[in-house]
Amino acid sequence: MSTAAGEMTHHDHHHHAPSGLTRWFFTTNHKEIGSLYLWFSFIMFLVGGSMAMVIRAELFQPGLQLVEPHFFNQMTTVHGLVMVFGAVMPAFVGLANWMIPLMIGAPDMALPRMNNWSFWILPFAFMILLGSLFMEGGGPAFGWTFYAPLSTSYSPDSTALFVFSIHIMGISSIMGAINVIVTVMNMRAPGMTYMKMPMFVWTWLITAFLLIAVMPVLACAATMVLTDKYFGTSFFDAAGGGDPVLFQHIFWFFGHPEVYIMILPSFGIVSAIIPAFSRKKLFGYSSMVYATGAIAGLSFLVWAHHMFTTGMPVGAEIFFMYATMLISIPTGVKVFNWVATMWRGAISFETPMLFAIAFVVLFTIGGFSGLMLAMTPADFQYHDSYFVVAHFHYVLVSGAVFSIMAAAYYWLPKWTGHMYDETLGRWHFWCSLISVNVLFFPMHFVGLAGMPRRIPDYALQFADINKIVSYGAFAFGLSQLIFLWVVIKCARGGERAPMKPWEGAEGLEWTIPSPAPLHTFETPPEVK
Amino acid sequence: MSIRLISALIAVAPFAANAQSQLNMTQGVSEISQRVYNLHMTIFYICCVIGVIVFGIMFASMILHRKSKGHQPATFHENVKVEILWTAIPFVILIGMAIPATKTLIAMEDTSESDVTIIVTGSQWKWHYKYFDRDVEFFSLLATPQEQINNRLQKGENYLLEVDRPLVIPTDRKVRFLITSDDVIHAWWVPDFAIKKDANPGFINEIWTKVETPGVYRGQCAELCGKDHGFMPIVVIAKEPDEFESWLDEQEVIAREAKAEEQRLLALSMSKEELMSLGESVYLGNCAACHQPNGEGIPGVFPSLKGTDMVLNDRDAHIDIVVNGKKGTAMQAFGAQLSLRELAAVITYERNAWGNNTGDLVQAADVNQFVNR
Repeated sequence: MSTAAGEMTHHDHHHHAPSGLTRWFFTTNHKEIGSLYLWFSFIMFLVGGSMAMVIRAELFQPGLQLVEPHFFNQMTTVHGLVMVFGAVMPAFVGLANWMIPLMIGAPDMALPRMNNWSFWILPFAFMILLGSLFMEGGGPAFGWTFYAPLSTSYSPDSTALFVFSIHIMGISSIMGAINVIVTVMNMRAPGMTYMKMPMFVWTWLITAFLLIAVMPVLACAATMVLTDKYFGTSFFDAAGGGDPVLFQHIFWFFGHPEVYIMILPSFGIVSAIIPAFSRKKLFGYSSMVYATGAIAGLSFLVWAHHMFTTGMPVGAEIFFMYATMLISIPTGVKVFNWVATMWRGAISFETPMLFAIAFVVLFTIGGFSGLMLAMTPADFQYHDSYFVVAHFHYVLVSGAVFSIMAAAYYWLPKWTGHMYDETLGRWHFWCSLISVNVLFFPMHFVGLAGMPRRIPDYALQFADINKIVSYGAFAFGLSQLIFLWVVIKCARGGERAPMKPWEGAEGLEWTIPSPAPLHTFETPPEVK
Repeated sequence: MSIRLISALIAVAPFAANAQSQLNMTQGVSEISQRVYNLHMTIFYICCVIGVIVFGIMFASMILHRKSKGHQPATFHENVKVEILWTAIPFVILIGMAIPATKTLIAMEDTSESDVTIIVTGSQWKWHYKYFDRDVEFFSLLATPQEQINNRLQKGENYLLEVDRPLVIPTDRKVRFLITSDDVIHAWWVPDFAIKKDANPGFINEIWTKVETPGVYRGQCAELCGKDHGFMPIVVIAKEPDEFESWLDEQEVIAREAKAEEQRLLALSMSKEELMSLGESVYLGNCAACHQPNGEGIPGVFPSLKGTDMVLNDRDAHIDIVVNGKKGTAMQAFGAQLSLRELAAVITYERNAWGNNTGDLVQAADVNQFVNR
């Protein structure tokens, strides 16, 4: 879309923000809160990553070497929780905070004080969760999906802390989502109609609705676990008239939209980066919007494909199989549109573009295995095996996480006012790309060969591949330290970034100086 | 990069022909498992073809339309016809996939007219098998020694995939499994039969197989079920129907004799040495997974038996909890799993090991009073 440059005036003299630590505690500025979110998510990424290193070190060879099975289960559980709720989701909220006001020409988020609160309760949620690991009996050990009754009658004493931390994370997400919706609906610059909004804003708007719809469902599931364990209810206990499978229905009614919550903003990011470095407009903008909506709508109708082995009636299995297969159509439309955007463009390969291209390819591979998983009869073999582990790491690591890295490289010049080190960025990309595939691709094979997930030890025929996978994991973990180095280096200095460092980039965020001043678009820009 | 991935995918495809492949799904030993395998390979090849086309176009564009080669960007950015086309074509492909998938699924879920029925019950961390309408039932526990798991002994060929008493089923007969659980959710997975079904506490799931080839087939619990989820394998031996029938008759005789022997033993007393040595082996096989070999348990998860009130002072409560379990906890009712002798021995052992030194001897007759309460 074409935009008129915003009138840029500096109003720093109006700014009476406190300095030092209190500046960060009390800030209501969307850029500062965005940075807080992004740094928090990166720390959580390292915390969750080090748990993955423990897991891969134990699985390096058969036999129990480093950790006890009970601790191993805590690692798989907390790794999942930290990565989903601590790394990926806050990273997207951080990007939304930074970029949505800049993209729609708004001076800030609509509800700045709530914005502050929704961030600052998060560190406490994770302190509670991580702290429970040090309690007698250990932290949650029932998988991030916390299936009852393993999470009720058979769970460690710390389960209440797990439930409370989930509640706090949920409240934080809901407030973040409300803020995005209110901002997008009310604070678009004059002329910025819905169908002129950048794809990132569109995908986040839809994501925010998903969040509001399903986070309360998660809160319900967690609360029912709490009362079943501590207050004598029996929602999930057949002896009291309940049903353990009911838990899974509730959880996955949250859980499936949740996986789209973690991928839709990625679609938005990639839809900004691919046109910029192809120097060509996004192909099929409106079909991209409709496809996003279709994916979000279908996400409410497919939850039970996570539950094919629970013993559903065959009619239900057929319904959920067909509904799940349908999702591949709008997802396919997205991939085709990205390829069509690149086609006959003038492509260059800076780090954001490299990550975006890797995203398209690897996310699509994750999509293929997703399609295979949708086939109920085959799913009976794939379910709860390493094939599933490979599948969701392809969409979440080389999907969501790669897109977040692409976004970081793409907008770092705007955030810091400096260009990042392109050579280091490429090193980071190639190390990540190779190691992520060494890490996750062979998992397909052990899964197909019959290795169940969430086991601390395995039969000898899985030994060779697990060794390769562990090497990949260590390499991928170390590669992320390059990223940390790039970001710190870029924040501290480097070549000065112009207002619009990318030749083909479009959008209001490139009409303001780099680094973006604390207050932008105090007078709304005019969008033609 | 992704060309490499694709070629890796294609390079793996020939392994498909090999049923013993460690890189692909097994073709299994039943008609259903073969159909599932065929379905898996069909979708896999379709995905490969789509991948080659889509990534091919993408990489062609990355090579041909580079800025560094001076390529000028085109300006097109919309085409409704193309959008409709690439919505419709995948839809047709999906229908092609859905038809065989639906047929296979309906066949898999038809549990009617079975010849043999076996009740499979999961519990932390073992499987229990009961032949319907026959007097044969037994527990099936991991047989891999702890020393192999802790790397003190060389690992055997079937490390973690071996049990003390395998399930035996007939070939060429429709065998129906009724699957349930005593505590948390487990899942009974034997890849060679293409069976994976959750064992839900309080509910019964049905699944069936008709095995074509006699042999030994191994699987594992597939649903996270607590600490030793990785240590509850499944071993199934498929025998010719005649052989199966005579095995089953033999098992019935053995079970009857064991019961008679049990009654006879009620009158006898065992010595402390006998009780302690049998007790130790029973303890290590059944109790140590939770309460630990040193009796100290895992604080906050599994209670200690060392110097605790019940073990030192309350003999009746101790016998009761071992025999009848404790509802709503991981403590199972061992009355059904162990013989009276074994129960007596293990309780004696717990009351005298690790410095508990109560001096109590518990005999089979003492335990018998608590059974069937």
